[in-house]
Amino acid sequence: MHLAYPAVLSALLFCTGLYGVLARRNAILVLMSVELMLNAVNLNLVAFDVWLSRTAEETLHSGQALTLFTIAIAAAEIGIGLAIVLAVYRNRGTSDIDKLRDTAEGHDPDHPDGDATDSDASATKAAAEKAEATA
Amino acid sequence: MTLAATVGSLTTGTTHLTTGTTDLATGTTNLVTRTTNLVTGTAHLAAESRGFLSPTGVEIAFLLVGLVTFGAAVITVTTRQLVHAALWLVVALGGLAVEYLLLTAEFIAWVQVLIYVGSVVVLLLFGLMLTRAPIGRSPDADSGNRPVALAVAVVAAAALVWVVVDAFRTTWIDLDGAPAGSTEVTGASLFQHWVLPFEALSVLLLAALVGAIVLSRKAKAEARPEADAAATAPASTAPDTPGGTDTRRDTEGAR
Repeated sequence: MHLAYPAVLSALLFCTGLYGVLARRNAILVLMSVELMLNAVNLNLVAFDVWLSRTAEETLHSGQALTLFTIAIAAAEIGIGLAIVLAVYRNRGTSDIDKLRDTAEGHDPDHPDGDATDSDASATKAAAEKAEATA
Repeated sequence: MTLAATVGSLTTGTTHLTTGTTDLATGTTNLVTRTTNLVTGTAHLAAESRGFLSPTGVEIAFLLVGLVTFGAAVITVTTRQLVHAALWLVVALGGLAVEYLLLTAEFIAWVQVLIYVGSVVVLLLFGLMLTRAPIGRSPDADSGNRPVALAVAVVAAAALVWVVVDAFRTTWIDLDGAPAGSTEVTGASLFQHWVLPFEALSVLLLAALVGAIVLSRKAKAEARPEADAAATAPASTAPDTPGGTDTRRDTEGAR
């Protein structure tokens, strides 16, 4: 088999994942795209390992060992990432990364786009207080 | 005396003849070697020009499965239905497992099926459901910088494919013979040369496990007073917090 086939497929998958990371808004979809990128790297590692183990008589099988390590690290990454996303969702009520702009430079914290849920909550609180006051 | 001389000259002539025959044989051998070289060269040339226009069966299978994988990956990053994205991710990862099988890396293929299709996608689906992802089409799945992302991805893909094709156009993977990634081979190399990284990796997995549990439990402990204090907080998040944490922890435990 030509080495170009897995290499080209790997490059295409990596760029698909790159598009997903840049274009998606939901944090879990971003994690999925990261998984795609990691898998593209794994395919590259496996293809080059098979090639080198035949051509250069390389017996370390470093590519396959690295692939196993990458798979394990990806599993750990997805666990921690989902825990973080769930914690953020619990605190903010959203998992849209476009709305998590607290550390943005020159960003007004009271901007309605920035923390819509907080302003919603304060709005409902104000409405409740107003209702109590009128009652 | 003359007889002896005649016999001697005869012997010498025979020796010459033998030498000549040997020379002839050597010449023939040289010729055979050259022919073999020529044949080998032709075969090598055929291997080099073993063009993309006359692919082997393995290559055709790789190409078809690769098309399916790439299509599933593209749908994964473009669909507006979040759960469908996770399900298409299963197709993409399973296709990659088939590609590993075609590359004779069997152990990696089964590990891919077990870990990615079996656990990572299930975790992603849990995450989608715990964050109350909409079931139908969600119009805001893509952010505003989609054209920029598309441009960056297309430019990166063009550059990478160009470089890769230019570099490995004539490189040939010999897939015949014993598989390069059977369980025996992978296990031997992993536990002979890579034992220390393997053990370090187990420590990292333990750290990730503990970290995920800590992240979940801490949020749960803080969620209770918040839920008591802020009665006007979004009512949707407070009630499902303990259940979500428990499910999360069960998932982590199962892993």
